[in-house]
Amino acid sequence: MRAHPAEYELVAPGSLPVVLELLAKEPGTWLPIAGGTDVMVQYAAGKLAARKLVSIWNLPELRSVHATSVEIAIGGGCTYTDLRSNPLVCRNFPLLCSAARWTGGIANQNRGTLGGNIVNASPAADSLPALLVYGAELLLISARGTRRVPYADFHVGYRKTSLAPDELILAICLKPQFSGYYAHARKVAARNAQAISKVCLAALGKLCDGVIEDVRLAMGSVAPVPLRLPATERVLKGQCVDANLIAAAKVAAAAEVRPIDDIRSTARYRAEAAGNLVVEFLERLREGSAAR
Amino acid sequence: MRGQLPHREKREISLNVNGRSVVVCAHPMERLLDVLRRELGLTGTKEGCGEGECGSCSVLLDGTLVNSCLVPILQVAGSEVTTIEGLAGDGRLHALQQAFLECGGAQCGICTPGMILAACQLLRKTPRPNTEEIQEGLSGNLCRCTGYTQILEAVAEAARRSVE
Repeated sequence: MRAHPAEYELVAPGSLPVVLELLAKEPGTWLPIAGGTDVMVQYAAGKLAARKLVSIWNLPELRSVHATSVEIAIGGGCTYTDLRSNPLVCRNFPLLCSAARWTGGIANQNRGTLGGNIVNASPAADSLPALLVYGAELLLISARGTRRVPYADFHVGYRKTSLAPDELILAICLKPQFSGYYAHARKVAARNAQAISKVCLAALGKLCDGVIEDVRLAMGSVAPVPLRLPATERVLKGQCVDANLIAAAKVAAAAEVRPIDDIRSTARYRAEAAGNLVVEFLERLREGSAAR
Repeated sequence: MRGQLPHREKREISLNVNGRSVVVCAHPMERLLDVLRRELGLTGTKEGCGEGECGSCSVLLDGTLVNSCLVPILQVAGSEVTTIEGLAGDGRLHALQQAFLECGGAQCGICTPGMILAACQLLRKTPRPNTEEIQEGLSGNLCRCTGYTQILEAVAEAARRSVE
């Protein structure tokens, strides 16, 4: 059933402190809405539980990219368009830029935000595996102050996060420490734009004389949360990339993912594709190293 | 259940649509799409999927392409909106409209306004797009009639004419 707009309240205070005050006064009552690319879909379908919404769209404190000597802080309200057009972000975190290019079409990239993608907490979100491999930290803010949490601990279950009801994501903080790594992103879906992934991979690898010095792998749509693959990484670390290792990693990745059957794909296909994506990454890693 | 919920008052919201200042009376969560079509009679903006997947309801909001089905009207207060009705001027079609006509870029017409506005944003950012850039610029707009070829040709043709 369609939603009736008269039953919903929406306010736009236009200032972060006022928004935080509102969230603190009645925790859990007010749902923040940024670009609306997820919230408005639920609203239109009559499935939005919240009746009171507070707009955080375009709040200047949430919309900037700020670089310090140790990290780059991307405002929680930065859109995918902001990300893909930011040279600092694209140079240091190419996997995040690839994901931004794949999310929705141009119109949704103009409105969808990275903070919204994280809080919406879909296991199929394209940008989240990139945040896992880059070891992102989230800077959360409320009227009580700020706190930092490792992004890897943020998703505590299917569509559940550790965000308190009075908190917002102020920034996503990334350390530019992967410049020597080969970066590889791959999405398997019906089409790239406007399609939700069946499986997607974000991968970083560093080779030294044919030996994998470091490797970081994360996948979307293969578990209740965006998934890092530590067991597969352990198989690879310190090993020489050859056909045997690649075969072993394929088996390890297929075993490590926890996919389900749903409207987009099957668990069996996803596990197979997960293994194949790791194979593709390792082959490229090896070729890239040979070319150098 | 619906009877127990408080019904809230409408508010006056000012915006600029196709160069004209307007004040609409709407509930803040009303979709920009509905306000354009019902309050302002601008029915060129179409509703397809209603969930941001098809691009039929694309408009320019402060010069930026958006799906108007996903924008609550309160977030448009003080902004400029351009719909398909705002592209032609002085009795002359916009270069994109003319090219879509000549190249056969429209059949049933439901996707056409959104396609043209998406192309409009593309050409503003990238005046001489290659095929890949045109495809990406229109990737959020679905057409079920043309097979896309004539649409892509129309955008390329409009770009050629605008640059000349």
